[in-house]
Amino acid sequence: MNSRVEISGSLRFRTAATLILGVTLLAILLFLGIRSYAATFAQQSQDSILGASLTSIIDAATLRDGVIELDIPYASFTMLNTATDDRIFYAVYNEGTLISGYEELQLPNLAETSEAVFRTSRMFGAPVRQVTATRILIDAHHRTRITASLAQTQDNLSGTLARISRHAAMIGVGFFALAVLLSIWATSMAISPLKRLADSLTRRGPQDLSPIIKPVPTEMVPLVASLNNLMARLDKSLTQSEDFIAEAAHRVRTPIATVRSHAEMTLQRVDKEENRHALRSMIRAIDETSRAAGQLLDHAMITLRADQLEVQLVNLYDTTEEIVLRLNAVAEMKDIHLTLTGSRSACIAGDSILLQNAIRNLIDNALKYAPAESCIEVEVHQAPTRCLVVRDQGPGFLIDEMDTLSDRFTRGKNAMGTIGSGLGLTIARDVAAAHHGRLVIENNATGGACVTLFF
Amino acid sequence: MRYAIFLAFCLLASLATADDWEEHERYSDSADSETLRILSSTDTAVFLPVIEGFQKNNPGISIDYYVTGTADVYERFKRSPTQFDVVISSAMDLQLKLVNDGYASRQNDIVLPSWAHWRQSLFGFTLEPASIVINKAAFAELPPPESRQDIIQMLRARPTVFRHRTGTYDIRQSGLGYLFATQDARTSDTYWRLMEIMGSLNTRIYCCSGEMIDDVASGKILLAYNVLGSYAKARTDIADKIQILQPSDFPNVMMRTALASRHAHQPQLAALFLRYLTSSHWWQAEEGDALLPSIHSDIARAPGTPIALDPGLLVFLDRLKRERFVSEWESAVIQ
Repeated sequence: MNSRVEISGSLRFRTAATLILGVTLLAILLFLGIRSYAATFAQQSQDSILGASLTSIIDAATLRDGVIELDIPYASFTMLNTATDDRIFYAVYNEGTLISGYEELQLPNLAETSEAVFRTSRMFGAPVRQVTATRILIDAHHRTRITASLAQTQDNLSGTLARISRHAAMIGVGFFALAVLLSIWATSMAISPLKRLADSLTRRGPQDLSPIIKPVPTEMVPLVASLNNLMARLDKSLTQSEDFIAEAAHRVRTPIATVRSHAEMTLQRVDKEENRHALRSMIRAIDETSRAAGQLLDHAMITLRADQLEVQLVNLYDTTEEIVLRLNAVAEMKDIHLTLTGSRSACIAGDSILLQNAIRNLIDNALKYAPAESCIEVEVHQAPTRCLVVRDQGPGFLIDEMDTLSDRFTRGKNAMGTIGSGLGLTIARDVAAAHHGRLVIENNATGGACVTLFF
Repeated sequence: MRYAIFLAFCLLASLATADDWEEHERYSDSADSETLRILSSTDTAVFLPVIEGFQKNNPGISIDYYVTGTADVYERFKRSPTQFDVVISSAMDLQLKLVNDGYASRQNDIVLPSWAHWRQSLFGFTLEPASIVINKAAFAELPPPESRQDIIQMLRARPTVFRHRTGTYDIRQSGLGYLFATQDARTSDTYWRLMEIMGSLNTRIYCCSGEMIDDVASGKILLAYNVLGSYAKARTDIADKIQILQPSDFPNVMMRTALASRHAHQPQLAALFLRYLTSSHWWQAEEGDALLPSIHSDIARAPGTPIALDPGLLVFLDRLKRERFVSEWESAVIQ
């Protein structure tokens, strides 16, 4: 029932992992996307302010009688004020000569009529954003060109970027966490019909091989169809086997019984001693065959049923008493005193047919090996351990055989001359195992065998 | 030849200025102590309580205190930034330019409101309004002027009284005078009208607040415009001869600012001094006789918002803009 299943990964894990991997990639993309968009946006806003400031500076330049006058408006620089107090640098050149500002500020080469040029460079070791523009100044007699450049450090920009990155990261992480929760939930949702199917199969009784009729999702239809198909085949094959065994028992036992009764009748009629001897051997062989056939069929039945016990509450004492009563006739024929003692309330949840089989085989064995005019004690105990003990006063077991005696078709060396198939103890052991119990074989201190079934 | 003479003259001039301090004091704590070198535009008389307070709190530190004019503070420090640890000046624009050009070191552990510092490198520690100082005796019969407009009307009405007897900063020499002038001019045209009338009455021009206050007290001039009120207040010896007025139309409030040199030999000491300067310790310790109004004191907050520490201050330091402004000023004042 609890057969081991080879595991290759987990469906839930695999689905969730795939989803989470996708979500991680999405979250990273989201983060990078927001960040790069924000970086562009922040740079654009710095550029637009720088551009406006430079325009106001360069527009303030005038040419009067060939002399350049530059009256930088106060607002040109105040508009560049930032929260982090970024530094600003500027330079104004006229035809290549510095007329005002910082000579350290490097200017890019500008075409005569080009638009304002933005670039990122360095000034006094600090990264700056720089805008450069040029303008032609004209008065009545002169024409000259001025080029102005304005640069601002990027402390505020990088602060803004860091802040935006932090927010973007938080959004990314939040998105990631939500999506992970969602994937886990979706995965459980997706595999829950599978779990329900497994549960309903586990809960089924051993005889329940009916098809699954509850509706299942489309994806599970092939599985359930195959399962139903398999169960139908199994059901059919089990029924066939049981029918076969019952049929076989019937078909084997009846002719053997007929042959035996014929042989006995013939024995009555034959007087010649050698013929009688032959007939007795024959009857003996027939008995042996009958018993072997019976036990073989019993064993087959047990093997078949052991996998799917028909569990019900069985009173161990009552069951044993029934068997003892039935076998008392045989015991009396051999002058054997068969007794049953123990707890009347000993109960076990088990398969009554199997238990009967096991108990009958054990008492049968004892009857076979016990000498005439001896006692066989059968005890049923509920506490401290639930068990059934059968003691006889026969030859007992050979010490070196005890481990192997319950194997199939193994008979004790001292069993010569006794009818047996070697299946009795095997049946008892298999029944014990099917009920999570065990069979213990030992010798009494005063001689004779002692066999105990622990449940 | 002319060039050589000019060069020699410049060299002489620079040699002369090298040791030509208005004041140079050494406040030693003990013989083998560490020395903090402060370059300042603030007179020792006014600043001494601060230094004493600092030394009391931090024993074992000697202070070399050099005093010169605001423009000179800027020039000297720019020429040899390794020679000083702390620079204190009332010319906010020049100080801001020093920071903008990367001469100052960041002090991240000083906490001031954003209007009182720039880049965590330049820290305002006083709030001092530009004031009008008048001679009490001369104004006994006259109503004291309350605004710039009042002064203009008064000067127009009594040219004979005030001829040669008004005074203001020479903005070519004084960085603080230039700052006050540019801020005045930026705020209102009244400034130019006032300068024109003062110029027409042959106003005297001064390099420093101290001399101007002395001259008002002595009666050499009757009115001084754009004087540091804090200096005048500090002169308790002449308190009965002068009267300090705040123009009611628009006040110009200056912050005395300090920065630590990026090339300081004693960066730790410089930071320590700036922390003390920007804390509320020094004026609380000197309660009553605190000569400088700290930015923490309620009295100092009254006159109005101080001149903003922002890049706009750099505009008037532009060479062309300055030339233009100074020439306009000259044509108004020097006649």
